Amino acid sequence: MSHSPTRRSRVTPARLGLYALLLSSAAFFLLPLYVMLATSLKPMEEIRLGQLFTLPLHVTIEPWIQAWASACTGLECRGIQVGFWNSVKIVVPSTIASIFFGALNGYALSFWRVRWAGRLFGVLMFGAFVPYQVMMYPLVRALASVNLFGTLTGIVLIHTVFGMPVMTLLFRNYYAGVPSELFKAARIDGGGFWRIFFQLMLPMSLPIIAVAVIMQMTNIWNDFLLGLVFAGRENLPMTVQLNNVINTTTGERLYNVNMAATVLTSLLPLAVYLISGRWFVRGITAGAVKG
Amino acid sequence: MRVGAPPAARRRRAVAAQLALLPMAITVIGVYLGTVLWSVRISFSSSKIFPTDDFVGLSQYLRLFNTERWIVSLHNIAVFGTLFIAACLVLGFLLAVFLDQRVRGENVLRTIFLYPYAMSFVATGLIWQWMLNPALGIQSTVRSLGFPGFEFDWIVSQDKVIYTLVIAAVWQASGLVMAVLLAGLRGIDDALWNAARIDGVPRWRYYLSVVLPQLGPAFGTAFVLLAVGVVKVYDVVIAMTQGGPGNASEVPAKFIMDNLFNRANVGLASAASTVMLLTVLALLLPWWYGRAVQSRREAAHA
Amino acid sequence: MSNVIIDKLDIQLSGVDIISQLDLDVRSGEFLVLLGPSGCGKSTLLHSIAGLIDVHGGRLEIDGKDVTWADPKDRGIGMVFQSYALYPTMTVEKNLSFGPRVAGVPKAEIARRVERAATMLQLTELLQRKPAQLSGGQRQRVAIGRALVREAAVFLFDEPLSNLDAKLRAELRRELKQLHKQLGATMIYVTHDQVEAMTLASRIAVMKDGKIQQIDTPATVYSRPVNMFVAGFLGAPSMNFVEGRIERVDGGMHFVAPTLHVDVSAYPFVNAPQHHLPAVLGVRPEHIALSPQSGPHAGSATISLVEPMGSNQIVWLGGEGMSLAVEADAQFAPMLDRRIDFAIDAAQVSLFDLPSRQRL
Repeated sequence: MSHSPTRRSRVTPARLGLYALLLSSAAFFLLPLYVMLATSLKPMEEIRLGQLFTLPLHVTIEPWIQAWASACTGLECRGIQVGFWNSVKIVVPSTIASIFFGALNGYALSFWRVRWAGRLFGVLMFGAFVPYQVMMYPLVRALASVNLFGTLTGIVLIHTVFGMPVMTLLFRNYYAGVPSELFKAARIDGGGFWRIFFQLMLPMSLPIIAVAVIMQMTNIWNDFLLGLVFAGRENLPMTVQLNNVINTTTGERLYNVNMAATVLTSLLPLAVYLISGRWFVRGITAGAVKG
Repeated sequence: MRVGAPPAARRRRAVAAQLALLPMAITVIGVYLGTVLWSVRISFSSSKIFPTDDFVGLSQYLRLFNTERWIVSLHNIAVFGTLFIAACLVLGFLLAVFLDQRVRGENVLRTIFLYPYAMSFVATGLIWQWMLNPALGIQSTVRSLGFPGFEFDWIVSQDKVIYTLVIAAVWQASGLVMAVLLAGLRGIDDALWNAARIDGVPRWRYYLSVVLPQLGPAFGTAFVLLAVGVVKVYDVVIAMTQGGPGNASEVPAKFIMDNLFNRANVGLASAASTVMLLTVLALLLPWWYGRAVQSRREAAHA
Repeated sequence: MSNVIIDKLDIQLSGVDIISQLDLDVRSGEFLVLLGPSGCGKSTLLHSIAGLIDVHGGRLEIDGKDVTWADPKDRGIGMVFQSYALYPTMTVEKNLSFGPRVAGVPKAEIARRVERAATMLQLTELLQRKPAQLSGGQRQRVAIGRALVREAAVFLFDEPLSNLDAKLRAELRRELKQLHKQLGATMIYVTHDQVEAMTLASRIAVMKDGKIQQIDTPATVYSRPVNMFVAGFLGAPSMNFVEGRIERVDGGMHFVAPTLHVDVSAYPFVNAPQHHLPAVLGVRPEHIALSPQSGPHAGSATISLVEPMGSNQIVWLGGEGMSLAVEADAQFAPMLDRRIDFAIDAAQVSLFDLPSRQRL
């Protein structure tokens, strides 16, 4: 009878190597965040020492106050709070509008037979891939001709239009998973187009609405180009203001203020990301399944 | 007694759906189709500040390809695109595979790998601009740690600045690829690994020969997402290098924006946009075609 | 072929004891079925025989070799999974040859083995197809073919028919039985379906809560179940159970219940039961006769429900808290709500001790 082989060990060199690789990758991803935070809490004297990775010796929140309230964003020097509130003003109506139309389109496409709708949806999907620049100039002219260029309404309209392909796809795919018997039962019960939408489908769509809110809030908040072109000087979003603060100042660059401003601009989407967790990922994979 | 809705009511219900889809129709036809056609039309004109209605054939395109800045931007986007997509796919795949190994702290690690994607491109560009600052960033820090000869001033070097953009973009987007591939990995039959173990297949060989072939669609999706992002890349460049030093990190999107708004060359910019559009189509059509063929093949065997 | 010896096996999952001190001898060439409800540990046992789950104690021997800690590939086993787990992007031929290719077996030898397996399993025309293009039966054969190509000594099956519809299941069951006859290999098969167990097994091991309740031929497990769990698990409709007492009457043993009475003097008791012992009578529906012409009646009851099955019918007798299923001829014309006499074949009954549920 042969001797019994030894029990397999759990801790193998391969396993250790795996953890080493994972931890070094994590370090790569976390480093900029750390640098951003550390720099924003250092006074300028420490920054001039050129030691990027050290913890602040004298922690100061001066840069944050400056970034928020007194940094110069072009002609004004009222800090990036202006941008913050502008972004809020843009994000809220844009999110609501783009989700509403996405849900409406998805609903109409999934349950109602409209002859030209399928083909139009196909073209809409193609539209998601068209680079903004191709559409930019005509849209500027179009909005200018109705005096909406450079206004809040204008930028909200733009975000709604650009969000329509992904939002429609999201809701259409979701409604494709809703059994059609439910819809038929509602029809038998006497429901019409709008009633079924508002009283049956929308309440049932809460999970996907959550995903859509996360996606739109993050994407619209992080948008730069559309806000730059269409929002108008009074409504410039935080990302545009941030770039102004950092890349258009004269004199000595206050790196700690810059980093503080960057953190402030990223707070909302990061918060949304951390809170939403798995839903955020669902948004990515749902939006990624195109065609 | 008449049972069933009279034709008027039935028509009314269909009309409601059509009305509801009107915004979509307007958007598709007016915005997407309309603007694209308009842009293409303008690219055949001699428009400068304002659009003019003349027709000058392909002269704007000829002018375009004789503009050095445009050629530089094309070269940059090709280099950037290749490196960025390759690095993201490889890194994203490795991260997804590592996370698939039932490691402790999987959720925390996943959160760490994906959070850069939640940040705006502007923020990413600004952070990396700061970190790669030669005087006060990584170069200076490493030098002060005792390596006086350490050189990392790529961001101000004409030949190397494009690589800094790649680093920043890969940092931001690998998490996305990881998430897409991880979703693909979850769709693979668990029993396959058990069957492979019994066949005596080592884990790496299993990933190579059994898992990777099945991830084709997921890789395709990731590739398309990345490729579309490459064509659109603008925010990162503006924030990180402003296209500099000089024109060394110029990209097509920036070229177009500059010519549209700052240099009043609407016709030229439209020609450039059309070229961008055609590139995107060239990338997408094979992918769309492939997926249509595949789904038709699957339906035939069902 | 080979035998499998399991000696005092302990298996834990997430700190919970699934299997404790289990002994099992699988004879060479036999078709052993591990039968039991979900959660009884049968799949866990099979997976640990395969080496996919680590054991915590005990020994496992295959063909005289101690394989308790060996890698799955070194145990000389092949396994067929519930989903068949065929590599979807590889052709049948590549599926079959993947294992030997990885092991570095020379190409000529691989080709020989693949050809042999394909001929035995009638897969030769299908070698270039992909799994998605195969039917359920063909996929099962490819899964078995993988084990054949690896020259496995023991074939393990993890509920391979559970995902299929009834008709396909019956068809593949017969194919499997045919294959076992043809190959003569040792096969260990896990299922919760007692029909599969009865038709396929040379021996059935009935499992509950990580313990083997009884291991014997299908006939024995069916007619002489060792406890009430085994008795109730096999057979459809399941065995009828009636509570009562064993009384000594006139020198003989009788089972007495409020609703029926059977003379069990000829019953092979393990130990002579005490007088007034509380017991449970187990009798299968096919061993109860309705309106018998001759012989003693066991009792009478009212017909409460009839289920026609085509070739026969199930007549349910009720009354005074009792419910008996009786298998009756298709020709028999039962009258609902009528009282009827019935007789029980005393030679076929099982008696169980009421508190311990063990066979008396």
